[in-house]
Amino acid sequence: MSKLVYLVPLFPLIGFLINGLGRKSLSKSLIGVIGSGVILASFAVSLGIFFEVKQDGFQPQIIHLFDFIKVENFTIPFSFQVDQLSSLFLLIITGVGFLIHLYSTSYMHNEETQHYGRYFAYLNLFVFSMLLLVLGANYLIMFIGWEGVGLCSYLLIGYWFKNNNYNYAARKAFVMNRIGDVGFLLAVFWILSKLGTLSYNEVFANASAFSAFDVTAITMLLFVGAMGKSAQIPLYTWLPDAMAGPTPVSALIHAATMVTAGIYMIVRSNVLYTMAPTTQAVVAVVGLATAFLAATIALKQNDIKKVLAYSTVSQLGYMFLGLGVGAYTGAVFHVMTHAFFKALLFLGAGSVIHAMGNEQDIRMMGGLKKYMPITHITFLLACLAISGIPPFSGFFSKDEILAAAYEHNKVLWLIGAITAGLTAFYMFRLYVMTFMGQFRGTHEQEHHLHESPSAMTIPLIILAILSVVGGFVGIPEAFAHNAHALEHFLSPVIVKSTETVHHLDTGTEYMLMAISVGLAIVAIIYAWTRFSKKPEIAEPEGAGKFLANKWYIDELYDRVIANPLVALGGFLKNVVEKSGIDGIVNGVGRGVNYAGRQIRLMQSGQVGNYILLMVLSMVLMIILVFYGNNLNPLLNYFSK
Amino acid sequence: MPITYYIVLSIVLFCIGVVGVLTRRNAIIIFMSIELMLNAANLLLVAFSKMHNNSAIGTANAATAGIDGQLFVFFIMVVAAAEVCVGLSIIVMMYRNTHSVDVNFLNRLKN
Repeated sequence: MSKLVYLVPLFPLIGFLINGLGRKSLSKSLIGVIGSGVILASFAVSLGIFFEVKQDGFQPQIIHLFDFIKVENFTIPFSFQVDQLSSLFLLIITGVGFLIHLYSTSYMHNEETQHYGRYFAYLNLFVFSMLLLVLGANYLIMFIGWEGVGLCSYLLIGYWFKNNNYNYAARKAFVMNRIGDVGFLLAVFWILSKLGTLSYNEVFANASAFSAFDVTAITMLLFVGAMGKSAQIPLYTWLPDAMAGPTPVSALIHAATMVTAGIYMIVRSNVLYTMAPTTQAVVAVVGLATAFLAATIALKQNDIKKVLAYSTVSQLGYMFLGLGVGAYTGAVFHVMTHAFFKALLFLGAGSVIHAMGNEQDIRMMGGLKKYMPITHITFLLACLAISGIPPFSGFFSKDEILAAAYEHNKVLWLIGAITAGLTAFYMFRLYVMTFMGQFRGTHEQEHHLHESPSAMTIPLIILAILSVVGGFVGIPEAFAHNAHALEHFLSPVIVKSTETVHHLDTGTEYMLMAISVGLAIVAIIYAWTRFSKKPEIAEPEGAGKFLANKWYIDELYDRVIANPLVALGGFLKNVVEKSGIDGIVNGVGRGVNYAGRQIRLMQSGQVGNYILLMVLSMVLMIILVFYGNNLNPLLNYFSK
Repeated sequence: MPITYYIVLSIVLFCIGVVGVLTRRNAIIIFMSIELMLNAANLLLVAFSKMHNNSAIGTANAATAGIDGQLFVFFIMVVAAAEVCVGLSIIVMMYRNTHSVDVNFLNRLKN
């Protein structure tokens, strides 16, 4: 089965080509069937691969397709790597991706056929790029996918290209990603210059050839790439703006693809990261800071998608915290559970937006419980999962990361646990304001409220089931011995760092769980009692205003980076370009013109002049030819 | 007689020719000066040819030695005669058109 791995990215590519080229001639239903069908086919192949990989004694396989770059004795092959990590990501990407495609067929149904085809073409290309990213057997193939998802996010965020604000959001996402990509690319070059190879196996086998400085620099640069792709401080601001795209796109970007790329890359390079404790510390601190910052911002957002966007940034921060403290399995675990419940949250939000007629402000919602029962129940389950309430999936993964953080440093754990409480609070603020209380929108909107069609609710139900039971693949040591199936599954691709080898004693672990769950429950009850009676309608003031304006980070970036750059650009354009470059170019032209006008006078038309010049130059030539080698004697002769 | 005399004579003739071409405006005199330069070159050819083969004097080939250079000169003379025909007829046409043989009068190629 793993020999057929090339089919997994091939199907979405075919779907992209058919839908992209035939978007004007195909019918909507055909586009929908092709767009979702290719992902389903990929999912089927991925399942087969997964079960093969799951067997005992499976050895990671490199499937060589062709040589991508071949110069003398230096070769970069275009090859795929099938192992535990990539097969798990294949399942997440194609599985959740398929549900999102299915959902989109209904959600985007009001679009024109041509744009509908374009949408599915982009979506398929997105999945293709992401599959390339996780399947590549070397950093270069990963980089191709890495750039591909950046491009597709740009295309999809700017899908409604007639709105200029959306175009700006798309551009912002692209630029932020490019900044990260530079770091990634530098790291790739660094590895190449030190080892002369980019394939994972050879790099990790020869990792001891790196000096301490090399490995720290490489991992830091790779982390810069991950910052851009996975929206960490300071490059996170593009992700909330990416809400400009259609809601299923947000689900795809936030859950199955794109933002998990950074996590995947670091887990893939865990050999290098384990060798660089400095980088690990930076990763943990940046991740935790991002988790906390985004959680505080999410407290005061009123756009249903913005809240979810900041919660994604926050959850990604958790994953990086996990990576930083060496809990690679925990991070992958959280990627998986997060893919389930965040996709569910976004699709649920899409369902709500659909029913509300494109209204996204939760202050205009409320009481949707009785109109949209399926959306309501699934959304509630997702909220419980993300808040870390047992036995929902988020509890297991979040707890694993927090426990690892506790082992590493108790301050990290404390901030992480507080952030978990904040998460529970803002998620239930969102939930209560959307589904509980009285409807606050217009009568017309209330008249239109309806449950979404089954193409939208079926993905919600499937994702809800996964969100509920998804955590049981990683039961902590405290509950049952050796029951962590995921850790067992991933153990061949992850080097055990010293921190995760010795487990906490059972009592401590129970205590940590009790504290974080207790915090979450308190936060939920507080949010419920506070917002169900009296929803937060008024504009926030004081500290709330500071949070509602996202800590003024965007304004800060504008002041510190964007405006000086624009000013520099203006200076270059108006001063350097106008008077400098233009001056030189025009000066050359003017000089030639002037010289021509002067030299023209030599052409007098007098034959005598021409002959005189001719004779003089002949004499000069004779002198040069015969005395050229030793003009000095001649000059001496004349000067005497 | 040393070759130097011939060379100096040729240079003098040639320079007279050059100066004549450069300074005079009468087309016929310019023409004569050109002929002078041509003949300076001819003279040199004959002189070199003869002097180069000095060693043949007194041998069986004495009569024909160095004759090839002199043959060149004859060719040049023939070609020069043809050229004179063309040149003089141009001068005649020029005189008919402008009633003058002053070359500076023809300083514009157009008209």
